[in-house]
Amino acid sequence: MTVRLYVPRDAAALALGADRVAKKLAEEAAGRGIDITIVRNGSRGMHWLEPLVEVETAAGRIAYGPVKPSDVAGLLDAGLIEGKAHPLCLGKTEEIAFLRNQTRLTFARCGVTDPLSLADYKAHGGLLGLEKAIAMAPADIVKEVTDSGLRGRGGAGFPTGIKWKTVLEAPGEKKYIVCNADEGDSGTFADRMIMEGDPFVLIEGMAIAGLATGATKGYVYTRSEYPHAIAAMSDAIDIARAAGILGPSVLGSGKAFDMEIRTGAGAYVCGEETALLNSLEGKRGVVRAKPPLPALQGFLGRPTVVNNVISLASVPVVMEKGAAYYRDFGMGRSRGTIPIQIAGNVKHGGLYETAFGLTLGEIVDAIGGGTASGRPVRAVQVGGPLGAYFPRALFDTPFDYEAFAAKDGLIGHAGITVFDDTVDMLKQARFAMEFCAVESCGKCTPCRIGSTRGVETADKIAEGIEPEKNRALLTDLCNTMKFGSLCALGGFTPYPVMSAMTHFPEDFSPAPIAQAAE
Amino acid sequence: MNVHVAGNDVGTKTLAIVGALKGLEGPLLPILHEIQAEFGYVPQESLPIIAQELNLSRAEVHGVVTFYHDYRDHPAGRHVLKLCRAEACQSMGGDDIAARVKALLGIDFHQTTLDGAVTLEPVYCLGLCSCAPSAMLDGEVHGRLDADLAAELVAEARR
Repeated sequence: MTVRLYVPRDAAALALGADRVAKKLAEEAAGRGIDITIVRNGSRGMHWLEPLVEVETAAGRIAYGPVKPSDVAGLLDAGLIEGKAHPLCLGKTEEIAFLRNQTRLTFARCGVTDPLSLADYKAHGGLLGLEKAIAMAPADIVKEVTDSGLRGRGGAGFPTGIKWKTVLEAPGEKKYIVCNADEGDSGTFADRMIMEGDPFVLIEGMAIAGLATGATKGYVYTRSEYPHAIAAMSDAIDIARAAGILGPSVLGSGKAFDMEIRTGAGAYVCGEETALLNSLEGKRGVVRAKPPLPALQGFLGRPTVVNNVISLASVPVVMEKGAAYYRDFGMGRSRGTIPIQIAGNVKHGGLYETAFGLTLGEIVDAIGGGTASGRPVRAVQVGGPLGAYFPRALFDTPFDYEAFAAKDGLIGHAGITVFDDTVDMLKQARFAMEFCAVESCGKCTPCRIGSTRGVETADKIAEGIEPEKNRALLTDLCNTMKFGSLCALGGFTPYPVMSAMTHFPEDFSPAPIAQAAE
Repeated sequence: MNVHVAGNDVGTKTLAIVGALKGLEGPLLPILHEIQAEFGYVPQESLPIIAQELNLSRAEVHGVVTFYHDYRDHPAGRHVLKLCRAEACQSMGGDDIAARVKALLGIDFHQTTLDGAVTLEPVYCLGLCSCAPSAMLDGEVHGRLDADLAAELVAEARR
């Protein structure tokens, strides 16, 4: 009887040698006459254990990791096929604390199934949400999503149902669902993981969005830096089309919906929805002024839903289990679950899906296990390059849209980047300005000019030139960018800069020149 | 892939690519991606043909090509090494890795080694932030780089 082994195809696993491990496993097993099938699953999200090899046994799946190609022979000798003990053995996968303590709704299948097996997808609850949606009126689907409390997971936190309602009610012959998969924020990889690990859930979510709003065409706009996600999504779309999930009659409903994947060309600003739409239309990725809202005049001037990958991928479970089920998780106005991405200098990096409400300290210290370097945590940046740096003093902040806003931060796309005590916060503030200068689309002055002036001013502070005056100038500049920029790039770059200055003032004091002058 | 081709050939191939893709909604980026995949860069000779076929001005096409970091106006080296420069990689010593790679190759970002072997580029996030620092060599991803692994990557790219 063939034994099923799992070796992830997720880019993080590949970056750590998963392909070489899979190859070695196949060779060694063949050499020993063992009949194995290697399933290339998504990642479970425990990236410090990647490549994570799992074996299916009568008792359940047993995990081993991190596995190097050189470990393979020893693992087989020790009885990997029967799930026997070995120093790398982690026991039953589902019982590993990091995984066991999560609430996996959106990522329920990620790492469990073969990402490109539709049979596997259905066996694990796939398509139930879409089947339910087909039997409902569009307005009822929209109401279900609205009632679930689902808010845009891309960062803005706008209620998904409200956006859908606007598009449903907008007049128009042709409407679109555009999935924003331009996940450019450092510290985030949830979109990539779902596209590589469970692409059908995104397709199902987009098809539901199409049925709900009357849109018949969908686009997934993703990044050229994500070749593995592009490949997985493209294959999944072909499979879904062949199975009648996409096409002129979605699952025989008589309603049409089809979709395509499109690739960006290395412009961070295209993660902003209006710049994304311009890029999708084949233009420079320049931000559009709002109004008009994309919901009314979006792609090619037609009504368009622009939603983040995770928002759309959360829709199937909302439809399947009902709005109340989803809404019961979370706190305050942040309902449901959020896939937190723990990254940077952290011991247990990876993806942790949980209800809103854990404190930042619980996430970084208890779940993340502190720094990888073993040094004290000094700062964590939450929400990508436009997110604020939080000091330990604010680690009691609960993970919730409003709670973070109240502390002059944002949860953004829920990426958390951990830094140890060797970090220079002035350097990080300068980088935020530099990144904004490189990536600014150039349309509005505060962002285009302000970011360059910001870099120069940070340099002056570092050189000890009129530090007090330049700190005041940097603050003033941040204020102008925050309130005067057209989109979040210029508008939010002040968050990392101001938070660094506010919480770590000691790094903005000009020691070097003063000493040199003596 | 990065071979110089005669002008005529560029014209014919560009026309074929545009012809195959111009029916898409918003066809310009897919066309430019395909042209860069074909030639290794976006040749100047392609631009007027694209403009004419899509009923755009040449300035509009030029504007799009130059807006995006991905499109090259000349061929890259035989191998392209991209190092992630974003925050998560910085937190794990990415700056030191970048300095080491630059020293080993003797070039700065956006440059190509004199023998034409390697082009070094910065990239702002490969989505491998939980196994930083990360890099991409010709589309293959690499994580948890340290000084030794970085040197191995450079050696591989040099071959």
